[in-house]
Amino acid sequence: MNTEGDLLHTVTADNISDARRRLGKAMVWGTALLCAALALWQMAFETGRVASGFDNWRPILYAYVFWAIALCAAQVVVNGEKGKRTLFVLPAALFVISLVVFPLLFALYISFTDWNLASPNGPQPNGWDNLIEMWNDGFYWNALKNMVYYVLAVSVEYVIAFGLALLLNAQIRARKFFRVVFLLPLMLSPVAVSWMIGKSMLEVRFGPISRLIRELGGEPSFFGTPEIARFMIMAMDAWTFIPFMMIMLLAGLQALPKEVLEASKVDGATGWQSFKEVIFPLMLPVSVTAVVIRIIFKLKLADVIINVTSGGPGGATDSVTSFIFREYRDRSNVGYGTLLAMVYLVLIVIFVTLLLKVVSRWMERPA
Amino acid sequence: MSAIFEDHDTDRQVNTKWWASRIAIYAALLTWTVICLFPIFWTITTSFKLAPDVMKGNLIPWWDFTPRWKGWESIGLSPRLIGEVSTVREEFLKRFWNSAIISISASLLAVVLGSLAAYGLSRFNYRFGFMRNSDISFFFLSQMILPPVVLALPFLVLYKSLALLDSRVGLILLYTLMVLPIVIWIMRDQFHGIPIELEEAALVDGLGIWGAFMQIVLPIALPGMVAAFILSLVLCWNEYFFAALLTSSNASTLPVMVASQTGSQGINWWSMAALSSAAILPLIFVAIVLEKYIIKGMAAGAVK
Repeated sequence: MNTEGDLLHTVTADNISDARRRLGKAMVWGTALLCAALALWQMAFETGRVASGFDNWRPILYAYVFWAIALCAAQVVVNGEKGKRTLFVLPAALFVISLVVFPLLFALYISFTDWNLASPNGPQPNGWDNLIEMWNDGFYWNALKNMVYYVLAVSVEYVIAFGLALLLNAQIRARKFFRVVFLLPLMLSPVAVSWMIGKSMLEVRFGPISRLIRELGGEPSFFGTPEIARFMIMAMDAWTFIPFMMIMLLAGLQALPKEVLEASKVDGATGWQSFKEVIFPLMLPVSVTAVVIRIIFKLKLADVIINVTSGGPGGATDSVTSFIFREYRDRSNVGYGTLLAMVYLVLIVIFVTLLLKVVSRWMERPA
Repeated sequence: MSAIFEDHDTDRQVNTKWWASRIAIYAALLTWTVICLFPIFWTITTSFKLAPDVMKGNLIPWWDFTPRWKGWESIGLSPRLIGEVSTVREEFLKRFWNSAIISISASLLAVVLGSLAAYGLSRFNYRFGFMRNSDISFFFLSQMILPPVVLALPFLVLYKSLALLDSRVGLILLYTLMVLPIVIWIMRDQFHGIPIELEEAALVDGLGIWGAFMQIVLPIALPGMVAAFILSLVLCWNEYFFAALLTSSNASTLPVMVASQTGSQGINWWSMAALSSAAILPLIFVAIVLEKYIIKGMAAGAVK
């Protein structure tokens, strides 16, 4: 939104006295000082310079929350009406900043240390060693390569989801029933799905799908070869998330202007022609939104892999997230794992920014 | 008797074509219905099977096998055991409660924070330093691309020093963070759809901006908030990654319980099936009852 001035315009005569201003400032700085003092004291206690202290950092957290509340309250005290407006956004902004920015800075520090939870020394900075190790780590590059495959699979999901949306948008009976049923897979937790499908239906001896394949004369093996295993992971993930794109596309289809479709029918377009020339181009904005969001979700893919194959066979199904998860879980390699995660974050940010740029250039509208 | 009114050949062709397309559409719909429902059907029926039924591949209850409560007994939820004290059931219920409390509080918190922020961003112009409204929106929405794995470890260490490891509060905070961008995305769209004249009228009538928001805007935006709440609920209920890393015995959620059981595979499929069914049934119920809101929530950002 680039409109100048507030959409909801309020005119108020705020006469804020200097004393009130000073009170507001004192509230913020006082609580901030309290928080900082407690933190310093606790730090001194943990390094052994002060004899008494708290068992943990919880009191500092309380002081921090207290400061945040004081900051919000001070907005109203100092700025009056304008402060009340700020109060809408400030809590969420504070929340996100304290839960994202601080941990990210901390992560940046950890990622340049050799920290292993098993080692007694704690974190020791080790310069660029982790980066060099990453450069030579075939499994990480392999996981990144797999992510490319997984992201490409979105295109197939998109085609299926579009088909289903068209079906649901057609003149059918029991539309509500089909809509609920098609939505169901999205409700299921990936962990449950990985048992339901990955570990029981695809079980080689007794699983119903293995049985079906054996009936048809084949020899079932779902997680033996890299290609099939990767395909199975993609299929399970697609099964859960196709409804997501389908619903978005369906909403887009239902918002299409009816006149245009009728006009194309009057002009004698066949079904395929009206799809190709009218529906699909009109659906492009919705499609792009759905695909971009789906890709963003796909980049976090891990639960199914962790629970079904744990990356096997030979790292063929590993996603970056599942690989780093194992690095933490099995080897407690905290420093190195965090570096991998940070590199992944940088790659994702670059990738998504480029994607949005390309998309907005292509659509000729701001993203 | 030969028909007096006979369709012209081209008309008949159209008729068969119409039928063909009908049949194709319903065939496709039914195929996908089977694809969607079979895994759920399989899991729920398996939870009533005994070992021989699983091995023989019996599928249809009462037809090729007699349903038994064996699977549900293993989590202490069968007619026979429901009256008795059962440790497994307590274990299960504890996880269930954790899941319920964590996902409901996280969704509530996210909806409150997110709605406020979305309302502010859709009505007023802010300047925090160099950040304008569009920058602030982008800042919130950009949290969506943050992969959980980046935050996982700093939080592990941070929570350890804050004594929040393996606590519900810790997970609630993280889950709120996780769903906040989605809530803001949905709610921004909702508030854009509400005509600004309503609040102007309220302001003229003497309400403050917060009064106008609480009394005029909130009731109108309520369906959208419900949609955002339900979507967040689904996401939080199903979350596994953080729960697996940050909880151990006290605060672990249902997905963690399900996942820890899959490790010890063996052949007790019925108990796994019962556990999985119990984990998915609440959400299936939610989906059937509140389908309208879920679709509304997901459609919100898609159509501008």
